Amino acid sequence: MNYTILVIAFRYIRFILVFFSILTLFRGHNLPGGGFIGGLMASGAFIFQALALGVQSSKNSLRIKPSKLIASGLFLAILSTLPGFFAKGVFFAGTWVKIPLLFGATLKLGTPLLFDTGVYLSVTGVVLLLIFTLMEEWKWN
Amino acid sequence: MEMELMLALLIGILFTVGVYLLLRRSVLKLVLGIIFIGNAINLIIFVASGLVAGKPPFVTGQEPEPEMADPLPQALILTAIVISFGIVAFTLALKYKYFSLTNTDDLDQLTETENE
Amino acid sequence: MTIILLIIFLGAAGSLLIPRQLDRHKGILLSLLPLTAFVFYLIKGYHMKQVGPEITSIAWLPQLGLNITWLFDGVSLLFLFLVSGIGVLILIYSNSYMKHDEGRHRFYFFILLFMGAMLGLVLSGNLLVMFLFWELTSFTSYFLISFKHEYDKARQAAMQSLLITVMGGLALFAGILLLGQMGGTYELAELVEKGHLIRFHPHYFPALLLILAGVVTKSAQFPFHFWLPGAMQAPSPVSAYLHSATMVKAGIFLLARMSPIMGGTPEWKILVSLIGGLTMFVGAYLAITQTDLKAILAYTTISALGTLVLLFGIDTQLSVKAALIFLIVHAFYKASLFMVAGMIDHKTGTRDINLLGGLRRLMPKTTVVTVLALLSMAGLPPLLGFIGKELIYEAKIQTPGIASVVLILGVASNVFMVWVSAMFGYRTFFGKLGTTPKVANEKGWELLFGPSVLAFGSLALGLFTNSLGQLIELALSTVRAQPLHVEIHLWHGFNQVFLLSVITVAAGVFLFSIRQKLLPVLAKINSRFFAYRFADLFNRLLDNFVKFSKNKTAVIQHGYHRFYLMTILVVATAFVWFQIYVTRGWDIQYDFSPIPFYVLVLTLIMIFSALTAAFAQNRLTAIISMGVIGFGIALIYLFYGAVDLAITQILAETLTVVLFVLVIQKMPRYAKFSSRKSRVRDAIIALSSGSFVTILVLNALQIDYNDPISDFFIKNSLPGGFGENVVNVILVDFRALDTLGEITVLSVAALGVYTLIKMNKVRK
Repeated sequence: MNYTILVIAFRYIRFILVFFSILTLFRGHNLPGGGFIGGLMASGAFIFQALALGVQSSKNSLRIKPSKLIASGLFLAILSTLPGFFAKGVFFAGTWVKIPLLFGATLKLGTPLLFDTGVYLSVTGVVLLLIFTLMEEWKWN
Repeated sequence: MEMELMLALLIGILFTVGVYLLLRRSVLKLVLGIIFIGNAINLIIFVASGLVAGKPPFVTGQEPEPEMADPLPQALILTAIVISFGIVAFTLALKYKYFSLTNTDDLDQLTETENE
Repeated sequence: MTIILLIIFLGAAGSLLIPRQLDRHKGILLSLLPLTAFVFYLIKGYHMKQVGPEITSIAWLPQLGLNITWLFDGVSLLFLFLVSGIGVLILIYSNSYMKHDEGRHRFYFFILLFMGAMLGLVLSGNLLVMFLFWELTSFTSYFLISFKHEYDKARQAAMQSLLITVMGGLALFAGILLLGQMGGTYELAELVEKGHLIRFHPHYFPALLLILAGVVTKSAQFPFHFWLPGAMQAPSPVSAYLHSATMVKAGIFLLARMSPIMGGTPEWKILVSLIGGLTMFVGAYLAITQTDLKAILAYTTISALGTLVLLFGIDTQLSVKAALIFLIVHAFYKASLFMVAGMIDHKTGTRDINLLGGLRRLMPKTTVVTVLALLSMAGLPPLLGFIGKELIYEAKIQTPGIASVVLILGVASNVFMVWVSAMFGYRTFFGKLGTTPKVANEKGWELLFGPSVLAFGSLALGLFTNSLGQLIELALSTVRAQPLHVEIHLWHGFNQVFLLSVITVAAGVFLFSIRQKLLPVLAKINSRFFAYRFADLFNRLLDNFVKFSKNKTAVIQHGYHRFYLMTILVVATAFVWFQIYVTRGWDIQYDFSPIPFYVLVLTLIMIFSALTAAFAQNRLTAIISMGVIGFGIALIYLFYGAVDLAITQILAETLTVVLFVLVIQKMPRYAKFSSRKSRVRDAIIALSSGSFVTILVLNALQIDYNDPISDFFIKNSLPGGFGENVVNVILVDFRALDTLGEITVLSVAALGVYTLIKMNKVRK
């Protein structure tokens, strides 16, 4: 299965899906979305590529091993609990930093956002690891 | 016709089908049964917290808006959905392993764990 | 108090770290630990008469009435002296005895651990803490009996003693809990004051029975006496220490502690003295027919323990006094005799009295020591044993009610004791020189040090009774819970008691002289009445129990997955239906919301697909139905304001379908295994469980939460969490710990799948 049109199409589709998944992740605090949904979406992008073009192609595009995604996601999630501990003496306490932007708008960055990013990464890694493993075993190419 | 009654009936049927599939000897049916029961239980949590055909739980201020859905069961179910995906994947992998070792789908062949 | 105990326990651990160069003096080095304890208690105890008992308490779990309380009074002082003092001698003795044993490091570790546990036991002022130490002594005893674990017999004996003492321990624990319920406290000092409440409480009798079960098993009382001879598989220092002088006295200690709380009632008197009297007689009788030195001593120990129990059962001031003195007497002579028996075994290579004889010429010093100890055991003046026996007779004569029976049993046992003492001494040290595997000698002062200290101690204490009187006075005042004055005299004058003593000794000696004729007769009687040896009976019981368990397991753990599930489901369904029936759960009063048309259609489609999935003959149909239901649920979520849920459900459902599509290629056809009958049965089970779920859901709707926790989340979402999407704020902020747990679980599942599938390849 090596259709040129799929190869070209997926280059863009994957890009768009990953872009939107990150968007979903970051807007998740105020609108539908978040780490779980974003992570499932992002993994979806790579899975469709794997279905269409083979696991190896998808893995190449991913560039990073799924297991490393899991590890970094968990690491980020745990890391995000520490600022609360140092600032307020309580683990997991949300801590926020407000960065003023132009035109009076402010960008609010907080540990929950960092935590959600951790969720995003680990969910992506989990789903990809699961499905890649099974696909490789069943020689889906 | 009442909505809750209808949904309760649906949950009951999903649960029934889930249990029935769970009691089959085929592993594939077992996995399907797990999925059915998982879905049924998610719905139980959702329905039991009260149905509000209205706005999603987004706030603009401190006060809860009228006709707003309850956010807590939603958070519970959201994690449950992702977890059940993990369980299904794991069971499928187990099932595959089982099949590739024994060449059968029959759970009743699994009574001995010691020797293959 | 705590520090001394800690020193002993740390010493147990530290004993493993003693450098190899000091290995030869390990026992002597370690004997400094109990020596420190002994001196400490001696100094503290010296002032006790002026200062009174000392109670120190450390709060552990005060809510449960569990405090580490040390009660330092007369009774504990008496036992502390015995445990630490004899401990010193035993460790010195072991230095030589265990010198060439491979497992000596293990031995020292456990014996010190035991020592700490025993000291803790007798110091405990809280019943729960006492129970902990009680169990610890059982455990260490197990390890010491099974010391030579390469022998089947040793393992079996250890298991037997562990099972019996631990079963008794469990009963004791229940008794302690009952006692705590009745008295409202587990502190001994407070319980003593509430004794009258407890004695008239309706739960008094069961509590007494349970506590006595602990005493009977620990102190090897009839009919649980048989573990003690078995425990002789342990090395001799252990037999001398645990199984004669200290651990088996733990039951006696408990009786002494319980006497002011539960004693004095008719139940106590009858039960305790009955058990004690029987044990006393049976033990002494069985001792005669033994030929192994250690077995002889074990049975006399049983008899002595029975005597002690009997004396506590008689429960008069005199009997308790006699018991306390006899406790010391027995510990002295029995420990020294056990050490001598071990020494003979060590030097000659046998413990069989038929092989031994005439050792007087080879071991003159040992002979003197042994004869002294034996005279004490036989109860002859001027040794301490004489005082003990005189007092016991006196107490028995004064027994209210059943004096004659008790007295006859007592005299008979003592006659046997004299006989046994004579036999032990004569057959070992006098007569012709026996043919033993090794030629005996007396080298090694450590071996004889302990026995001689104890034997000459008996002599000294018998002559100079003053210091002993002080100690007994303190202990007696504690047991009787009133201040008392005690004076002990060696010589009581020519009276009824003395006459009994003379008769006893004469009869004993006479029986010994005609033993050649008597023993075959006894052997015949024994083979008829004791055809079933208790130990064998117990082992058979155990075997049957194991067999029974195996059969039961084979029935319950049949290995059929779906029947396990079925059991769980049927039981759960039955219970829930019962509850629904009782509470009339089908009456639902609820303000239902109207049903929109397209949700109705959606629900009907889902019901249809669910039924399709159940009866699908083809796996693709089943998977498609599953997908339809998944997406249908997502739409329901969406309709009722759960946007995040709907998205998640759609994504997860898509991935699940992808997974199934992957699986389906590599799997066999949708197999059909079950028969029509089992399908009908499963359908019935499924229907009944599904219907109760429906009723449950409707019931859950009726519950009105006055103050749902969601309100907090909604109120604080924006000001506290800076997020408008409450669901997401709950996930990543309010309940972030749960989410962290969840992604961890997911990661583990993924890694599990990875290992499951990849690892096998490595092996291939």
